[in-house]
Amino acid sequence: MSALLQVSGLTAHYGDFQALFGVDLALEPGEVLAIIGANGAGKTTLMRAITGIARVSGGTITLAGAPISGRPAPDILRAGIAMVPEGRRLFPSLTVEENLKIGAHARRGSGFWDLERIFALFPVLKERRAHPGTALSGGQQQMVAIGRALMSNPSVLLCDELSLGLAPVVIREIYAAFPMIRDSGTALLVVEQDIGQALKMADQVHCMMEGRIRLSGRPQDLSREAIHDAYFGVSHG
Amino acid sequence: MIWLDTLVQGLLLGGLYALFAAGLSLVFGIMRLVNLAHGDLIVLGAYLILGIGTATGLNPFLAALLALPVMFALGMALQAGLLNRVLGEDILPPLLVTFGLSVVIQNGLLTAFSADSRKLPLGPVEAASVPLGPVTIGTMPLLTFGSAILVILALNWLFYRTALGRAFRATSDDPVTAQLMGIRPQRIFAVATGIALVVATIAALYLGARANFDPSIGPARLLYAFEAVIIGGLGSLWGTLAGGLVIGVAQAFGAALNPEWQILAGHIAFVLVLLLRPRGLFPRALD
Repeated sequence: MSALLQVSGLTAHYGDFQALFGVDLALEPGEVLAIIGANGAGKTTLMRAITGIARVSGGTITLAGAPISGRPAPDILRAGIAMVPEGRRLFPSLTVEENLKIGAHARRGSGFWDLERIFALFPVLKERRAHPGTALSGGQQQMVAIGRALMSNPSVLLCDELSLGLAPVVIREIYAAFPMIRDSGTALLVVEQDIGQALKMADQVHCMMEGRIRLSGRPQDLSREAIHDAYFGVSHG
Repeated sequence: MIWLDTLVQGLLLGGLYALFAAGLSLVFGIMRLVNLAHGDLIVLGAYLILGIGTATGLNPFLAALLALPVMFALGMALQAGLLNRVLGEDILPPLLVTFGLSVVIQNGLLTAFSADSRKLPLGPVEAASVPLGPVTIGTMPLLTFGSAILVILALNWLFYRTALGRAFRATSDDPVTAQLMGIRPQRIFAVATGIALVVATIAALYLGARANFDPSIGPARLLYAFEAVIIGGLGSLWGTLAGGLVIGVAQAFGAALNPEWQILAGHIAFVLVLLLRPRGLFPRALD
């Protein structure tokens, strides 16, 4: 029985440069998997490969048992994987409400997440629904980006560097929404540089370095030293 | 009083130029594609209306209604089969391909219809006019102008009030992130070009009803369309209408001073706007 999202032996290249070397991971429904690692570790490439934005050069990705690797990004979104991209990437010519609605562009039928539920999750967005998305503060833009991704009612939500450039209080506010997202049955794959935040919210943590997963485990089972060594590539040989 | 009449005639002529330009503006706004064959596609539309009218005996207005879905399908096929293949970071390949398409359309029309001038026969409405205060306005120019306003209103409604319009704007902003929303940019581009050719067909109806046309006049229509789009501000639909009106009024006043100055006056107005407001009268940020 395979997991909801199963990545096996995934490799990816940018031209001659190999960015991922046989990455494996498995995600169950409602689970939170955090991927930590320094800049250039391959975290974002992994996310882009799963969503079909970056080309996969080897390995397999399956969602609920169905292979999805190599399919175009719009098909993968329809299959049930949505992403909150690094830097939020809101559409400047769309209002907050339109940014949210465009997230449901490919949706057929109803689901748990709709405009009202997103406004319940992030009430400030309801007040600012008519403003251009990019006129909001960084934290509010991040809320729009999360809401937009949820509007497709994904079974897996990928979040790339949610905390980047945000104040700690804003980061806490954003991560406070995670329990409700989990409770809706959505599994979360979160790339995070804030190690403390990652350990606090995740069921599993993978630490990546140079395109490989160097360390995996449940947060409570990983020692601070082991994480430090995997993160910075320190070897005690 | 003659100046008021000239102004009104110029504004009405500007409506025709806005129709030429609206499809070009739409395509540029969504996919940053400069379609050098746009003028020739308008002329192709005029021949299609003429052909349908001749074959069925319908008047040009009804023939144009039948031509609309044909041109929409042609636009989608053209984008999906040809233009999508050359769209990318480099702007040169689409320019070259649409330039080649322009030559192909002109020569195809020349072979099929010869170089003889044609006109869409509308009957008595061509000479009809309505008195409006101190000036008398031709019914056809008035219909052209009204159609231009309706087309711009319809395109604005489509852009800002529909899910398709949202997808147009999102794809125009960021085609990669749009794919993460399940949008297929190439399909969006095909629909946009289909709509652009629907607008081109409406322009073709008035082009062919107003004056003679032959296979070689496309590039000059393209030039007016370009000038209207740039005067108005790239990507702004109301700006495109304003741009068409500026050229129309400039041409009308040029012609009033000296008939030989008509075309030149339109180009001078274009250069003046470029010098004074290089981003156009209504750049997209102010849309």
